[in-house]
Amino acid sequence: MASSHFKKKTSTKQEIPTASLPDIIFMLLIFFMVTTVLRETTVQVRTMLPQAEALTKIDQKRLVSYVYIGPKKLDGNRLGDTGVQIDDAVVEDLGNVRTIMYRKLIEQPKLIVSLKVDQTSEMGIVLDVQQEFREAGTLRINYSSRREVVL
Amino acid sequence: MGMMKKRKREAGEIPTASMADIAFLLLIFFLVTTTIDVDTGIGMVLPPKLEEDVDPPPIKERNVLKILVNETGLVLVEDQPSSVRLIRDEVKKHILNEGVDPRYAETASRALVSIKTARETPYDAYVGVLDEVWMAYFEMWDAEARKLGFVDYAAYASTVSSADGENQIREKIKAAISIAEPDKQ
Repeated sequence: MASSHFKKKTSTKQEIPTASLPDIIFMLLIFFMVTTVLRETTVQVRTMLPQAEALTKIDQKRLVSYVYIGPKKLDGNRLGDTGVQIDDAVVEDLGNVRTIMYRKLIEQPKLIVSLKVDQTSEMGIVLDVQQEFREAGTLRINYSSRREVVL
Repeated sequence: MGMMKKRKREAGEIPTASMADIAFLLLIFFLVTTTIDVDTGIGMVLPPKLEEDVDPPPIKERNVLKILVNETGLVLVEDQPSSVRLIRDEVKKHILNEGVDPRYAETASRALVSIKTARETPYDAYVGVLDEVWMAYFEMWDAEARKLGFVDYAAYASTVSSADGENQIREKIKAAISIAEPDKQ
């Protein structure tokens, strides 16, 4: 009598309910679907970002537009001369930066331009691009940098 | 009769055992493609385009701390050779001077930091200098916030609205960094 009672108890506690498992997974799935931003551009220039300490975060990703400046990636791991890339294309004539940025500003008046500049690039081209930004009126910029590793 | 009932029940069910697997596959896809890291960097606001025939407002020489970064990343502060590590203290001295030392600024609200580079200056040297200047401002804001009884500036900033004039610390010590054009060769 006592032994049969014991047996019954153990058999009921054996299984974990798995009916809610798909729901849990779906919740996780929906979280990642919402937070995902698929990379829509292929970067054609090398951008090894500099390191800095005084960093601020840009929370509103919708407001940000990226401009890449760095040595052009060529075939066979070689690097060419410095290029400026906005969206998908490398801008050959810097005078066009003004028109491109002006159009972006009309679409998004609170635009923040994040400059992803290679650390070996020279300031001359960066300042030229900034001068174009001033002409276009896109004044809020951000020098994209990695967090400094303190040894 | 009994046969019919059985068939009806069979058609009504969809196999759900693989549901979790399908969801897992989708989950793994999104896990791999997700980039949660937000863009971090040093924020700046460029000065608006200058109107032609309008001269820029006059600024007293002593209120400007001139920092020059040359082609090899060497630094001049007020025409004196210096190093990147010394900039933070120089900036603090300049801004918190309050008219004491004639070489530095009159008041914190009038103080200005000017960073000038050559066209050949490497970008990371410029960012290194700019970073130190910003760190000087951050540390001064933190010190001001502690005087008001807050842990740091971020704690103070969360208590005031972003409207103009509300943030007393930012009114007192304005971040005024100007990026000067390199000399024409």
